[in-house]
Amino acid sequence: MSTAHPPASAADSSLVSTGPLLQVSDLAKHFPITRGIVLARTVGAVKAVDGVSFEVHRGETLGIVGETGSGKSTTARLVMRLLDATSGQVRFEGRNITRLRGAPLKAVRREMQMIFQDPYSSLNPRKTVGSIVAEPFVIHGLERDRAQRRRRVQGLLETVGMSPEHYNRYPHEFSGGQRQRIGVARALALEPKLLVADEPVSALDVSIQAQVLNLLRDLQRRLGLTLLFISHDLSVVRYMCDRIAVMLEGKIVELGPVEQIFSAPTHPYTRELLASVPGVRADRRTIHG
Amino acid sequence: MSAAAEPLLRVEDLRVQFPTEDGVVHAVDGVSYQLAAGATLGIVGESGSGKSVASLTTIGLTRTQGARISGRILLQGQDLLALSERRLRQVRGNEVAMIFQDPLSSLHPFFKVGAQIAEAIRAHRDCSRAQARRRAVELLELVGIPEAQRRAGAYPHEFSGGMRQRAMIAMALANEPKLLIADEPTTALDVTVQAQILALLRRLQGELGMAIVIITHDLGVVAEMAQEIAVMYAGRIVEMAPAEAIFARPEHPYTWGLLRSIPTLQAPREQALVPIGGTPPSLISPPSGCHFHPRCAYAQPDHARIDPGLEPVAGERGHTVACLLSGEERRRIWSQLRGAQGESSA
Repeated sequence: MSTAHPPASAADSSLVSTGPLLQVSDLAKHFPITRGIVLARTVGAVKAVDGVSFEVHRGETLGIVGETGSGKSTTARLVMRLLDATSGQVRFEGRNITRLRGAPLKAVRREMQMIFQDPYSSLNPRKTVGSIVAEPFVIHGLERDRAQRRRRVQGLLETVGMSPEHYNRYPHEFSGGQRQRIGVARALALEPKLLVADEPVSALDVSIQAQVLNLLRDLQRRLGLTLLFISHDLSVVRYMCDRIAVMLEGKIVELGPVEQIFSAPTHPYTRELLASVPGVRADRRTIHG
Repeated sequence: MSAAAEPLLRVEDLRVQFPTEDGVVHAVDGVSYQLAAGATLGIVGESGSGKSVASLTTIGLTRTQGARISGRILLQGQDLLALSERRLRQVRGNEVAMIFQDPLSSLHPFFKVGAQIAEAIRAHRDCSRAQARRRAVELLELVGIPEAQRRAGAYPHEFSGGMRQRAMIAMALANEPKLLIADEPTTALDVTVQAQILALLRRLQGELGMAIVIITHDLGVVAEMAQEIAVMYAGRIVEMAPAEAIFARPEHPYTWGLLRSIPTLQAPREQALVPIGGTPPSLISPPSGCHFHPRCAYAQPDHARIDPGLEPVAGERGHTVACLLSGEERRRIWSQLRGAQGESSA
């Protein structure tokens, strides 16, 4: 097995199914609001995600954009099965995974991996880079041969533009951008079909942000990855995505190809978002003249 | 500049160093600028560029941290660095006020918002509690908080992020400062709320005639707010110019790097971002010569030796740059970089 994604896996999946990789239908997550400490009773619910439907096709990048509390991160966590849905369905390769538990869930989790926002808290400071990236192999009982595992991890580090010599170093020795690369290497370890990135660059400085965005864009094209990309930043989403879903108060208010969303938005909220981006208003000067 | 046109704020060769166990951190390394009354200066830089330390020092907030500070910070001719702590307290919150990135940690959680604003007023004015309280409600109205009378009696946690930032601005404006320092005032906010806060700052500046120093990593924000922009790198200003010139005719390779590495809503989607290579410099042992040379694609061998100062750009008013490349070379490189962008957008 090569370190990069073998073309074989793409061929396999096309044999299995040609439908969308991910189908989300009428998905909802309500968090109960309780009163009383001893005898807690439910007095209402926060509808964090409230009837969301979308599809992600193989090899495409779907962006979910929204502001704080719009439900975009909850949606990502529902898709990843890190949260249990209140109602609705998540189908992965045509299979309903909404209520999977135990071994079948673990098997599905190999196919979808997540990149988190904060590269400082998402890497264990007491583990070496090598053992962080190798962790998915350990969890899933793969690559048991030590030398082989080490070669795989070093290959992954190279894939994300880091030196294989970084294997024995610790996360604190790296800058934010490099840490995010380590997180990407870990996410790629199991050659997932779906990568879910939740605000992967919002904790990074601007000059570093471009490195990580280019890495993800490049990997997506080179490895044929399917990407669900969550961000509050419209310019970043525009750069990264093929299609965009705009979320507001737990619902998708607009979904379409990126050109359409940015040149002919139909929902008033999308228009408001676009008008709010600093430096681009027609009546003021703009970046890049 | 003649004495008659003495600017509101004049910072001269400001240096701030922090001794640490690992060595001396040169957080601010010779920064000079001036600001006219009512004008807006944007200071742009990444983490560790010294942009926040320079501004905190202006209002004396680095004094207690064992910092070694030199240079002069002249506010209407008065050197703030030479003031006693007691005298500085009279200036701070009165002639100069500051707003911070995180309004929740800048407001006291136990006290009502109105009472906190009233306290800021009574710290500098001789007035009754009732008068201060009425003024606090007026200020909350001024910054666009609906039902100000009722909201003055609420606690900070009852406010949304945008409302808290409005309350912070109200507190900063309590004594009608001549200078407002805004350190990443909208970074923690959603984009629609950010647009409201920036519009609010612009409106208040027009109404009250105060000068603003806005510190941010976001070029879009300074494009909206500032007439003049200073770009900081490794504790120094590397380029300073009228805002329009920074975007249209940037001179410093680091400024080029910033402009080419951020995604915008206008650039063609297929045009790849160009990241700045390398990593941010250590402020304990900054690179020799031009501090940017290890990350600069155009560095010559002697740039590791010679330390450039800010020099005026030929033919441009108020545009200075600290770069060892000749003006001719810089113009040639930027027109190439820009041409590459122009072609793909055409």
